[in-house]
Amino acid sequence: MSTTRKFTAVALGLGLVTLPALTACGSSSGSGNGGSGSRTVTLVSHDSWAVSKSVLADFEKQSGYKVRVLKDGDAGQAVNKAILTKDNPQGDVFFGVDNTLLSRALDNGLFQSYEAKDSDLVKAEYRVDGDKHRVTPIDTGDICVNYDKAWFGAHKLTPPSSFADLVKPAYKNLLVTENASTSSPGLGFLLGSAAAYGDDGWQGYWKKLKANGVKVVDGWEQAYNEEFSGSAGGRKAKADRPLVVSYASSPPAEVIYADPRPTTAPTGVATGTCFRQTEYAGLLSNAGNTKGGKALLDFLLTKRFQEDMPLNMFVYPVREGARVPAEFTQYGPQAKDPETMDPAKIAGSRDQWVKSWTSLVLK
Amino acid sequence: MDLTRTEVAPRKGRARAARGSAARLGLMVVPVAFFAVFFAYPVAAIVARGLDVDGVWRLGRIVDVLTQPDIRHVLWFTTWQALASTALTLLIALPGAYVFARLDFPGKQVLRAVVTVPFVLPTVVVGTAFLALVGRGGLLDELWGVRLDTTVWAILLAHVFFNYAVVVRTVGGLWAQLDPRQEEAARMLGASRPAAWRRVTLPALAPAVAAAALMVFLFTFTSFGVVQILGGPTFSTLEVEIYRQTSEIFDLSTAAVLTLIQFGAVGAVLALHAWTVRRRETALRLVDASLTARRPRGAGQWALLAGVLASVALLLVLPLAVLVQRSLDAPDFGYYRALTSDDGGIFLVAPIEAIGNSLEYAVVATAIAVLVGALAAVALTRRDAGRLVRGFDALLMLPLGVSAVTVGFGFLIALDEPPLNLRSSWILVPLAQALVGIPFVVRTMLPVLRAVDGRLREAAAVLGASPWRVWREVDLPMVRRALLIAAGFAFAVSLGEFGATVFIARPDNPTLPVAVARLLGRAGELNYGQAMALSTILMVVCAVALLVLERLRTDRTGEF
Repeated sequence: MSTTRKFTAVALGLGLVTLPALTACGSSSGSGNGGSGSRTVTLVSHDSWAVSKSVLADFEKQSGYKVRVLKDGDAGQAVNKAILTKDNPQGDVFFGVDNTLLSRALDNGLFQSYEAKDSDLVKAEYRVDGDKHRVTPIDTGDICVNYDKAWFGAHKLTPPSSFADLVKPAYKNLLVTENASTSSPGLGFLLGSAAAYGDDGWQGYWKKLKANGVKVVDGWEQAYNEEFSGSAGGRKAKADRPLVVSYASSPPAEVIYADPRPTTAPTGVATGTCFRQTEYAGLLSNAGNTKGGKALLDFLLTKRFQEDMPLNMFVYPVREGARVPAEFTQYGPQAKDPETMDPAKIAGSRDQWVKSWTSLVLK
Repeated sequence: MDLTRTEVAPRKGRARAARGSAARLGLMVVPVAFFAVFFAYPVAAIVARGLDVDGVWRLGRIVDVLTQPDIRHVLWFTTWQALASTALTLLIALPGAYVFARLDFPGKQVLRAVVTVPFVLPTVVVGTAFLALVGRGGLLDELWGVRLDTTVWAILLAHVFFNYAVVVRTVGGLWAQLDPRQEEAARMLGASRPAAWRRVTLPALAPAVAAAALMVFLFTFTSFGVVQILGGPTFSTLEVEIYRQTSEIFDLSTAAVLTLIQFGAVGAVLALHAWTVRRRETALRLVDASLTARRPRGAGQWALLAGVLASVALLLVLPLAVLVQRSLDAPDFGYYRALTSDDGGIFLVAPIEAIGNSLEYAVVATAIAVLVGALAAVALTRRDAGRLVRGFDALLMLPLGVSAVTVGFGFLIALDEPPLNLRSSWILVPLAQALVGIPFVVRTMLPVLRAVDGRLREAAAVLGASPWRVWREVDLPMVRRALLIAAGFAFAVSLGEFGATVFIARPDNPTLPVAVARLLGRAGELNYGQAMALSTILMVVCAVALLVLERLRTDRTGEF
């Protein structure tokens, strides 16, 4: 058999193998429509979902359900896809709708009511949606300005600690943030400033920030890894911005993901520049496996999962009495009264604000 | 079919003609069905969802959107940066195509694989690499104090970086097979070297150049990450706008209108391409590629070779080298060693296992793309191909010019019911990747197939060969090289493809680009280092796979 023929045969053979597979695998993969008796429960989430293998395995053993996870892109994309497919959902439970998107999800009827076991143990400040219980708070975190300790030490300058500090001449050309129209920390920082300065004041604040040389880049990866002098990537790239909009949990990550571990975090948090983000989960309206979905939601509030979350997703638990890992308390200071905003208000103003912000800051 | 008509009764002739067109239709069935089910239907579904509100078609939205100055500005920028990128890519890459096709130099095979590597890298990583060239403290900054980041030049150069291989492979593939004796004959007849090149070689290459230009244009027209990362948020393309409207603002009707605008623009370009190419395709004398490449002779060729190698080193190798260097920035391969342990959370398996997942998807996607693309290319080769078939040629190119977000969302709402409930099936990934691979296969094969002299086929038929055998004995040997080049493309596209994979990749089996993106999305030095290490592995996997593919070629000289 000449090579030519062999090649053709291989190509054709592969083709013939894959075509029947197309029709076959459509039926073999249940997509959450397995009915209530199904032994598989499907979690739909965004890219950042993470859990320890052992923790998930224990849930599967105890409940008898096998958990499938679908990651549907970034937070915004995942929520929109869930809304788009709400009549024939991809799974049973959705995790990862945050307070900036909550109203959109609720107004579109994404979730059905279910009061998860231990809901009464969720700290009061995170509860939403009254007694309808369409969503359950799962985790929380703060979007804050991080600073590069080494840089401020070398320049004998006190790091900024509040929104007001950031517009001072001492911090000119030091801050890098993300595009509020495509990046979730970028949006959080904008909302934080709107909460701090009010509907009429935030634009004035951003004018000053712009005059003080704030740099806007596309997304968190670029801001943190390329522009921020306190990160590994930034050090390699000779970055020159010692202030970045990131998360309160970034400094602990800098310690945990360093080899060898340093005794103190290389970065700190400007605790007066924070905006609180809370993530919720809910039972999808037309879930195929409601029973399994309810069990999964209960599991997301268990102490075991809540205490496993921080080191996997770098977020804080919402459950009373769930312990936060030592690394978090040691290296990541809790924000002082982070700015918050009612989800309904965010839903009403967000698009208009982002539009104004874009023409004010980017044009 | 003049040759066969001598002694044959007319009735039989008609029957044969009918059989011919039946065969052609048969060839078209698979590509048409594939295109209809996996592209046209999902895209139509999502556009309809945006425009059809409670049974009323809101076509007035089109006018609304088009009259917004912002949108007009975006459309204008998208178009001109794509045109400029295409022109610059051709300018820089055409000499490269010549050098790779006609000159022999040590390391040529490896270098040909290397220039294709950018294709597979996630944009986020390319952004990193490129900023090391054009950004602060980058090479240009060190040498001349020039910083290009957040300028349109960074976008254009990055587009050259990405698309260099498209030109080298598409044009070079045909160039290597052109018979140099034709140009020599023109010289003998008194034509000067430039004149001979202009009159003989250029017309022969035109279809391949046009095909390469078309693909580069479509790629840069739908550019997303490059524009955002290197140009900064002040630059926005239609693709970015569609992404924002779909993923952030959730205004599906605006997104639908923008998609239609994208269709319109891409359609116009495709029509232009079809019109220019149709008038230029002629049968050519093709020879075995191994016969045409020679060691450089004369100062001119040496200078050209040096120039091309310098441009490749600066534009392509240097940014890639930055990634490699950063991945090695820990004592005794610390970042690479970290890849072999799973941390339990972000990945349920060690990141290193992503290699296997990526290869599996890529092999299946390549098989689908080669099969569907080759069938389409053969059907489109026929000289008597009607207008309908030519229209189909343009349709096959559309997936390159349509937003990935649109296709992804379309899949979700269109392929969600039996018998086509593919939403959460692994096959969706290679299918979506093949959509991008197929146009490559078609574009790479067509110029060669159309250059095959029809009389060869007729002669074989007269000698009693069946159509299948004619294809196997006449077309395949000539087109095998193009087929392998195309397969290499499809493979690279699939290996680096990100949109569809994110959409479906389970946490327990991420592909390489997905794993890189996840690592980059977290703070901490080890995560960054592992992302660089995994990117380096991705490059090596791509280069090795392409080299293996190139080796599949048997050098049976005297084939032609």
